[in-house]
Amino acid sequence: MVPLSWYLIFAAALFSIGLFGVLSRRNAVAILLGIELMLNSVNINLAAFWRYGDVRMMAGQVFAIIVFAVAAAEVAVGLALVISVYRRRNTVIADDINMMKW
Amino acid sequence: MTTETLIWLIPLPPVLAFFLIVLFTNRSKTLSHTVGVGAAILSFVGSMVVFFRAVGEEHFAEHPFTSAVNWLPTGAGWFKIGVLVDPLGAMVLFFVSITIFMIFLYSVGYHNYGQPEGDHDHKGLPPHGATIEHDGHKHVVPSVEPMYSRFFAFLALFAFGMYVLVVSDNLLTMFVGWEIMGLCSYLLIGFWYGKPSAHNAAVKAFMTTRIGDVFMLLGISYLYSVTGTLTFREIFTEETLHMLAEHTTFFGMTVSGFIALLLFIGTVGKSAQWPLHVWLPDAMEGPTPVSAMIHAATMVSAGVYAVIRMFPLLTADMHGHGLPTTMAIVAFIGAFTALFAATIAVAQNDIKRVLAYSTISQLGFMIAALGIGAYVAAAFHLVTHAFFKALLFLGSGSVIHGMEHGVLHTRNHDVDPQDMYNMGGLKNKMPITFWTFLIGGFALSGFPLITAGFWSKDEILADAFAHEHWAVFITLAVAAFLTAFYTMRQITLTFLGDARTEEAKHAHETPWTMTTPLVILSFFAVTFGWVGIPEHFPVLGPLFHKNWFHDFVGHTLAEVPKAPEFSWVPLLTSLVVALGGLGLGYLVYRNVKSVSEDKLQIPLLKNKYYFDEAYDFLFVKPAYWFAENIVYKFMDQGVIDGILHIFGPSTGGIGSLIRDKFDLPVINRFFGDGSAEVTYWFGGKLRAIQTGRIQQYLMLALVVFIAIGAVLFFVLA
Repeated sequence: MVPLSWYLIFAAALFSIGLFGVLSRRNAVAILLGIELMLNSVNINLAAFWRYGDVRMMAGQVFAIIVFAVAAAEVAVGLALVISVYRRRNTVIADDINMMKW
Repeated sequence: MTTETLIWLIPLPPVLAFFLIVLFTNRSKTLSHTVGVGAAILSFVGSMVVFFRAVGEEHFAEHPFTSAVNWLPTGAGWFKIGVLVDPLGAMVLFFVSITIFMIFLYSVGYHNYGQPEGDHDHKGLPPHGATIEHDGHKHVVPSVEPMYSRFFAFLALFAFGMYVLVVSDNLLTMFVGWEIMGLCSYLLIGFWYGKPSAHNAAVKAFMTTRIGDVFMLLGISYLYSVTGTLTFREIFTEETLHMLAEHTTFFGMTVSGFIALLLFIGTVGKSAQWPLHVWLPDAMEGPTPVSAMIHAATMVSAGVYAVIRMFPLLTADMHGHGLPTTMAIVAFIGAFTALFAATIAVAQNDIKRVLAYSTISQLGFMIAALGIGAYVAAAFHLVTHAFFKALLFLGSGSVIHGMEHGVLHTRNHDVDPQDMYNMGGLKNKMPITFWTFLIGGFALSGFPLITAGFWSKDEILADAFAHEHWAVFITLAVAAFLTAFYTMRQITLTFLGDARTEEAKHAHETPWTMTTPLVILSFFAVTFGWVGIPEHFPVLGPLFHKNWFHDFVGHTLAEVPKAPEFSWVPLLTSLVVALGGLGLGYLVYRNVKSVSEDKLQIPLLKNKYYFDEAYDFLFVKPAYWFAENIVYKFMDQGVIDGILHIFGPSTGGIGSLIRDKFDLPVINRFFGDGSAEVTYWFGGKLRAIQTGRIQQYLMLALVVFIAIGAVLFFVLA
């Protein structure tokens, strides 16, 4: 069996990639993508800890499924926002959406 | 390599090609088509090896090539997925791999590879042509497709879907392949997404097939919940089928019949049978190789293949002579569609639309054949139809290409290069296209003895006749007559007579990448019929010893179906309708000069019996009305905004009450504006971090998070 640490390293790498994407990309859609990566790296951790811990305790899996649902909702709302911003301002670059700053 | 391993590998090259093109080679047109065509060749070679090994195997039907792996733990056991190539699968693999390979090759020429970039071509629109200087003259030549690489990527994914579907040994992976094709048809029909008609057609195709797919998925789920397996060879055992046929379920139908009906609705969507046929003619908006791919090699054939595959389920509750409910429904829809689509095809003027309706009609033949239990005849017609319909579509693409050449020459872009009334006399301009198209057209009409279409269509009619399904027999005979008629109409209008426009006079033969597939496919459109000549056919039957096709494919079923007795009635019917239709088509359209002289431009047929309008009125308009009036006006504006609008004034009221009774008299008098000033001061200091840049906020959040994390870590540790 693959050792647990492999999963954790993989998840950490995925999380870092997502984080880097969120911090470095200016496109709002790409930022959403980064957030998805981070959420899913957490899912990997949850599933891995569940599998290597007590398999009868389903909390890890259940939690991962809840994260799915939340992530789906988040993307739906996020993309809807992006689309409506795009329709009004014709841009999805996060820096250009600056009406609320001082 | 064992054959089983090879079968696992067959779908692989196209999907690898898809990812290679998308990820790496998309900037180079040469590399992309090399990868795409190369993958098609690899799968083709693999399929041929499997096919010939299957043919050479003794008792192949009892011991087909199969292998499976455990995939999903399902409590008690495993859900297995695997590959299966039995006689039917081998046959389908044979025609699928040939047609796919030909279509890939053809696409290279169709998208004008090697021509210069267009002057003002846009992605998402067909290429408009490029101007080149030659000896001081300016010429307009066809320009290369701007999204050339993308086309090959999608086409490869399409091929992957089909191969997955064919080699699957269970309904689930078959359904996966099925859905991949659904996606690819959407992508490719809407390939020129800049045209509103193309993107509407793509959405329409996707939505319509989706209706069928939902029912199919229901059928699959029901089947799984009853039998606990989706593997074909486990479902088609005697005891399982018996168990399914014993019990009854909704509407007094047997379980097997009900499941078969649900699965059949999936086919109705995929193979464009009435009443879900509306998407297929509109799918002509895609590039022509896509039409050939959808209409011959993959998508619609997959629908019929699925029913042929589930045939034991369909016939499980068949006792004696009469047809069970599901089979009667299948036979009715097939026969009705065959006739109905043929009548529409008679009045269409777009060269591709005629072929689209003929596809619907021919698929109706196959479905009707399955409905009356003619298993082998349906499979036979599926294979021959794939060959000649791929040939016809590629041929029509070649014609359109030639016509576009003429349009570029005259620079009159009002001339529709697909309208048959703008053609005429192309016989001498495009000889290879003409002869191959003629062969394809004759095969479609069932030209006696020579062409493949004759043998397969004759077998369906013979089967209907032998089992005394008169309604099906007569309907199909009339449909066959109309088929021959509109095919000859098409050939006459397109190739014979004199050129009707300046553009047709300047049409040109197409490059070798387009004509080679035509020649190869016309070879199969003729010779493939000879493998299925009935044993008792006068003269020719004994010459070929036995009906090889019937012998080979028939053994797929546990109980080998008996070939119908030879009878002169269906044979004479076939001869009369094919020759009569062809002759009449030639006589009527020989001298027709313009659209206004065409007597058959009946509005009812021209407008496809107003099905699009009816669906628009019955489904689309009510959906819009519901969204507009119920959801938007009533729910959103009325109920939800209404509640919110109560909050507004009521908080306003409470606010002004507090201001008048508390703020003004108490706070202002005793505390003054101190708190406001403090807040203002803090705000002034804090606004420095409100830069309005999301990334800076996130960075700040990260820093704070790490700081808190560090504190917690050191304090708690």
